[in-house]
Amino acid sequence: MADQLLQQIVNSLLIGSVYALVAIGLTLIWGVMNVLNFAHGDFLMVGMFIAFWCYTLFKMDPIFSIPVCAAVLFLLGLGIYRFIISKVMKGPGLAQLVVTFGISIFLANLAVMLWTPDFRLIEKPLLSGTWSLGSVQLSIPKFAASVGSVVVSAGVLLFLKKTRTGKAILAVEMNRDAALLMGINTERINSLSFGLGSALVGIAGAFLSMYYYIHPQVGGLFGLISFCIVALGGFGSIEGAFIAGILIGLVQTLGGYFFDPAYKYALVFLVYLITVWIRPQGLMG
Amino acid sequence: MTGVPTFTKRQVSISAAVLVLLALYPLAVRGSFPMHLMIMVFMFAMLGVAWNIMGGYAGMFSFGQAAFFGIGAYTSSFLLTAYHVNPWIGLLAGGVVAALAAALIGIPCSNLRGHYFAIASIAFAEIVRIHFNNWKLIGAAEGLTIPMQDESLRSFMFHSSKAPYYYIMLGFLILSLGVCSWVATSRMGFYLRAIKESHDVAKVLGIDVVRYRMAAIMISAFLTAMAGTFYAQYILYLDPESVLILPISVQIVLVAMLGGAGSVMGPVIGAAILLPISEVTRVKLGFKGSGLDMIIYGTLIMLISVYQPQGVWGLLQKIGRKNK
Repeated sequence: MADQLLQQIVNSLLIGSVYALVAIGLTLIWGVMNVLNFAHGDFLMVGMFIAFWCYTLFKMDPIFSIPVCAAVLFLLGLGIYRFIISKVMKGPGLAQLVVTFGISIFLANLAVMLWTPDFRLIEKPLLSGTWSLGSVQLSIPKFAASVGSVVVSAGVLLFLKKTRTGKAILAVEMNRDAALLMGINTERINSLSFGLGSALVGIAGAFLSMYYYIHPQVGGLFGLISFCIVALGGFGSIEGAFIAGILIGLVQTLGGYFFDPAYKYALVFLVYLITVWIRPQGLMG
Repeated sequence: MTGVPTFTKRQVSISAAVLVLLALYPLAVRGSFPMHLMIMVFMFAMLGVAWNIMGGYAGMFSFGQAAFFGIGAYTSSFLLTAYHVNPWIGLLAGGVVAALAAALIGIPCSNLRGHYFAIASIAFAEIVRIHFNNWKLIGAAEGLTIPMQDESLRSFMFHSSKAPYYYIMLGFLILSLGVCSWVATSRMGFYLRAIKESHDVAKVLGIDVVRYRMAAIMISAFLTAMAGTFYAQYILYLDPESVLILPISVQIVLVAMLGGAGSVMGPVIGAAILLPISEVTRVKLGFKGSGLDMIIYGTLIMLISVYQPQGVWGLLQKIGRKNK
């Protein structure tokens, strides 16, 4: 019993840290320009497919295609911001919510058209197999994805806190008008954060592609969960998103284990509703 | 005052003419697709009108209307299959259950604004969907099949023609337009708009924000559930993946936004434009499963959001004023 519980906790940390990375990308965009990107999960799907095709066409392992995923998603995010998001920013709030649904439907179905709705898997990634640590089984690709996610998340935090550009992003998050008065080019910061947030989810996609099934609809669930994580963590808070990501991983895995696996995602949403009831601003907001 | 209907003679005569044309439509068309199309236009118009009461007037952008729609469909269908309850009574029961569910979700959401409310509404709808997918009593993922009965108004079932469904849905739509314009012109409508403009100012002015928001959600849920029961009686089969899914919720928001959120007639215009496009592309292109119909739909959403975010209704009013 204790062994199994320990195993479940390890599993939740492994998935929770990847959730955190996905959510940090989302919260960066949300925090800077107050846009909730419903296509975020589909960006993840695109990242996974890029890793898959790099592997299938060029025999490039997901570990090495991480920079490719990051770069492509950065450009995708930049393009989507420039040609779509920036155009609705001045319009009513509802349009800003709805437009990203359009992007989501577009991307998911473009993937269906290009690559069929089939499930795919990277069959022999460089990192595979499991380590046995006492009674706990540690899947190597999951462990690598988890460590990688923590490192990237820490890197983002360091970038935001230590570099000039990072500080400018945080300044815009705090107060857009004041940042503008201080001479920060807020338009540039917007597109940069959208690109950066998308690149982060692209990296998460490369990590996940090492062990997760890849198909056009894979983003839907990850997207929904990352909204809950971001709102749970608090508006635009990177640290909050990280903590909430781990927390949601715990809820999902332990809830599925103790209660009913069919309800594990329902529990995630329930925890979200209860938390915002008590603390509407989220944990760290 | 925007959104408050003030009826001029011209408007009354236009509405009367449109109503006569709509009443004659079933006599003029052949085949089932044009009828199906109009029924879907009316149904989504009604759903958009219901959304508008909470989204357009009170600023609560719900992306979880499918939950109320599904609850309505499931309540009447379950009562019918398990206890032989007449679907018309099931319709009212579904509305009541959905309104109670709305109250239940309204409590934790009573202080949520903007994106937080939107996410909470999705979370709620997803919980309902997951639960219904696993709830053995109501058929879980296999769903419910409505038992065949003789066709009559009483049994809410018609086999020989779609025309009765058409008139029933048209009646429902007119009813919801009535409810919506009553809400819009009543004291409650002004309170809701005040709450939308500023939560805090409304509170300071002495408006019971939670109570009015709650009322708006419950009315909206009741009407949405009515459409759900209609849909179940029309399709005669339902499962969680056909009535409780996010795309339905998104389509409802889209109908309201395209027509004009916060105007009584807006969603009707929105449905009249959007549904023919989405249904026709689905029929013409969707059968191959290529995703092309949905790519077009996604593109359409983006175009509407970028170029017509204020809704067509506002545009029409502007043109109307110029021509006066």
